[in-house]
Amino acid sequence: MRRWKLALSVLMFAAGSVQAADIGQIKVSSGSVTINRGGQALQGSLGVRVQQGDVVKTGANGSVGITMSDNSLLSAGPNSVLALDQYAFDTTTNQGRFDASLAKGTLAVVSGRLAKQSPGAMTVRTPSAILGVRGTEFVVSANVGPAAH
Amino acid sequence: MVAMVALVAGCATPTGEVVLLPAPDGHRSVLAVTQGDREVVLDKPYAAAQTTTQGPRAIESGPKDVEAKFGGALAAQPARPQTFTLYFVEGRNELTDESKRVFESVFPDIAKHPVPDIVVIGHTDSVGTDAYNDKLSLQRADAVRDALIQRGIRAGDIVAEGRGKRDPLVATGEGVSEARNRRVEVIVR
Repeated sequence: MRRWKLALSVLMFAAGSVQAADIGQIKVSSGSVTINRGGQALQGSLGVRVQQGDVVKTGANGSVGITMSDNSLLSAGPNSVLALDQYAFDTTTNQGRFDASLAKGTLAVVSGRLAKQSPGAMTVRTPSAILGVRGTEFVVSANVGPAAH
Repeated sequence: MVAMVALVAGCATPTGEVVLLPAPDGHRSVLAVTQGDREVVLDKPYAAAQTTTQGPRAIESGPKDVEAKFGGALAAQPARPQTFTLYFVEGRNELTDESKRVFESVFPDIAKHPVPDIVVIGHTDSVGTDAYNDKLSLQRADAVRDALIQRGIRAGDIVAEGRGKRDPLVATGEGVSEARNRRVEVIVR
């Protein structure tokens, strides 16, 4: 099992290094916005393309709006940490998977083609909850503080 | 006993909040908020849940409350993708006169976006196999993409996709020739 997992992660790493696909683009950026990509910190400025695994952080005066390739809209307010954990989107069938997580701060979401095609294809996690998105617009916050029991 | 209830209630520290928003297109929205084996389902505008250290609980919310807590995130929301639908003269790779006008209206919309990206999606009617229509729909999208590039839109900002016969505008049975389903959508975002 462990060996299989290792092989899988090596495979994913190899695929990631060869073809790091753009999955969305920063359409709105104000104040301090940074992207953590594989240990590197990048400026999250207007027009920057985001990739699977990116962690987007906003400062006390920052906010950021991202349009994903499936038309999902994600926007984070100040002092937020948003991770684009997993993203796969087949543009022919509209099938795939989108998992994002909000470690802290505030997030507004408009779901896109993935959630419309398959209820359950999109989830947003906070440290305490999982939100199952079935074609939806919503806002969510995650406090800094004790984790869920 | 009273003290214990208070103690238990005191332990339920709020960890966050979730509010379902009304969809501008009037579509019904549903959101499930799950913590462990406990779930609160939000299914109408401004239905809200507080997540706590002891699971989710339904709470009251409304536009003012949402603006106060989430105004920053909502202000940063990207523009909604705009869709322009183009139709072809039957059996030809040429836009109808009406669609030529729609095509022209794409450019001022693109100009409004500080960092535009454009998705061109081809569709077919239900005549033929998936393999055939997937290819045909992509060819239609590629043709429109080329036309956009010729008019000065950067190639790197345009993606062409083919949906084949999966997303008809007008529902038909299999093998039905339907002009309204032979179309290309240009989505500016």
